[in-house]
Amino acid sequence: MNVAAIKELLYKVADDQLVIGHRNSEWTGLGPILEEDIAFSSMAQDKLGHAQGCYQILHDLGEANPDQIAFSRKADQFHNCQFVELPNGEYDFSLMRHFLYDHADQIRFEMFANSSFEPLAKLAKKVKGEIKYHVFHGNTWINKLSTANEVSKIRMQTALNESWNYALGIFEAGNFEAELKNEGIFEGENALQNKWLEVVCPLLEKAGLTIPEKSSWEPVLGGRKGYHLAHLEALVAEMSEVFQIDPTATW
Amino acid sequence: MYGNAYIDPNEVNKTHSVLADEDPKLLAEFEARIERGEKIEPKDWMPKEYRKQLIRMIEQHGHSEIIGALPEGTWITRAPGFKRKLALMAKVQDEVGHAQLLYSAAETLGKSREAMINDLITGKSKYSNVFNYPAFTWADACIIAWLIDAGAIINQVANAKGSYGPYCRALDRICTEESFHLKYGHDNVVTLATGTPVQRKMVQEALNRWWPPIMHFFGPSDKISSHTEILMKWKVKMATNDDMRQQFLNMYVPKIWDLGLTVPDANLKKNETTGKWEYTEPDWDEFKRVINGGGPCNAERLAVRRNAEERGRWVREALKAGQTAYVVPFA
Ligand SMILES: [Fe+2]
Ligand SMILES: [Fe+2]
Ligand SMILES: [Fe+2]
Repeated sequence: MNVAAIKELLYKVADDQLVIGHRNSEWTGLGPILEEDIAFSSMAQDKLGHAQGCYQILHDLGEANPDQIAFSRKADQFHNCQFVELPNGEYDFSLMRHFLYDHADQIRFEMFANSSFEPLAKLAKKVKGEIKYHVFHGNTWINKLSTANEVSKIRMQTALNESWNYALGIFEAGNFEAELKNEGIFEGENALQNKWLEVVCPLLEKAGLTIPEKSSWEPVLGGRKGYHLAHLEALVAEMSEVFQIDPTATW
Repeated sequence: MYGNAYIDPNEVNKTHSVLADEDPKLLAEFEARIERGEKIEPKDWMPKEYRKQLIRMIEQHGHSEIIGALPEGTWITRAPGFKRKLALMAKVQDEVGHAQLLYSAAETLGKSREAMINDLITGKSKYSNVFNYPAFTWADACIIAWLIDAGAIINQVANAKGSYGPYCRALDRICTEESFHLKYGHDNVVTLATGTPVQRKMVQEALNRWWPPIMHFFGPSDKISSHTEILMKWKVKMATNDDMRQQFLNMYVPKIWDLGLTVPDANLKKNETTGKWEYTEPDWDEFKRVINGGGPCNAERLAVRRNAEERGRWVREALKAGQTAYVVPFA
């Protein structure tokens, strides 16, 4: 079992969950309707739970405990994709990101459920049941808003255009793609991206949206290697503000 | 939070004139039903004044939940550790859910959620005064979750025995959730109060800041007026402000002292002869100033809410597309 490969995989997935969960939670009290405040908060809680689960496996592999990992690192030690660290912007962008990200998440955890690495497979079986609802929520709203009226349709199309290359950055290859695949731990980012395209493209088209020209596809890379936008630094500083008053204290 | 219906001082001296044009026979039947402990349901006959006061009260309560989510909500992104972050998210989510339940209950009386939210953001309707104070530190958020939610529970448990069916049923559900908030808040305060010197200092300072708003929470002593009397007779108002404040002090001051924390009021003590708590009279001028918009956060809270409404308008417009008639909830 290639521990270095597993750790790299777990860190990036956990960091994605933590950061998107944090962003989702920022809608609390500020959503366009109360029901959406509540929905984004539910998803945020799930994502945080998923992050915690992944960090726990890392801890069992000898890394620091979940609180220390999440609340004590610097931004450049995070391996999330840049897509999830972008600020929430308006509801259109948040929703589009949620839709695109959660489809990738669902497929990823379905793959994990068949992983040869037992702890991951076990976690994934639980997690994928929750992501199902996130995907359902995203599908419903994308459909509703993309077809409701001119304003909402234009907003959703713009959000898609702005999100697309960032979304492709989810699938940035890691250092151990071949090892993970050979050992049956994870099919790899390339396979994940292909499946994701097969799922999201028809859904977007059905909602009447236009997928950006293939010639313009340029995945935003770097996040997996610790290169981030200033947004993540601000997010991490905020997230760890209280914890860092005394990292050894019980809070 | 926090069904504390503040009675407009201008209305306090109104007499029974509000009942002048009600049918005496229907009114007598209505009052007899309440006397017997029956619940009034949306389609039942009710005096105009009953409807008006209930809408005002439930609406204020709903607003308090949604505005109350703001000072606590700003600490979700800063909560220290997974356990606290998850619990605070769930708590604030509950509060937003309470607003949803309460707006639905108020809608059964004929005012739409949209109209209520409009009155909130234009400053026409009130919400609990405590949320016009800032939550400076993590410890402030913990004190809010413990003591403000504790106050809310006292108020809501009383109101749950009121006469209007939909409001009572909403409150029953809300009270169950509030009891978890109280536990969460207490656990947080215990952790800080028994923690490092820095944590103890944080929580004592937060308590000092929050004590005056907590004492204000239940509102000024009720003036004995025919107006208050009629609201109590109709079981719209279930306990006097002073009674609720006494109940709160009796339940929580000993717990605060047990934790080695002090209350910033040298006159606070229980009079063992009367069984009542004595305290320095809260500054009711300050209370009035804050409730009328002069508090440290009134402008900010409403601006945040207004901004959220503005930014979300296109979503609500889009939802209306294809939707035919508005359906009044079945609370
Ligand atoms: Fe509360
Ligand atoms: Fe509440
Ligand atoms: Fe609460």
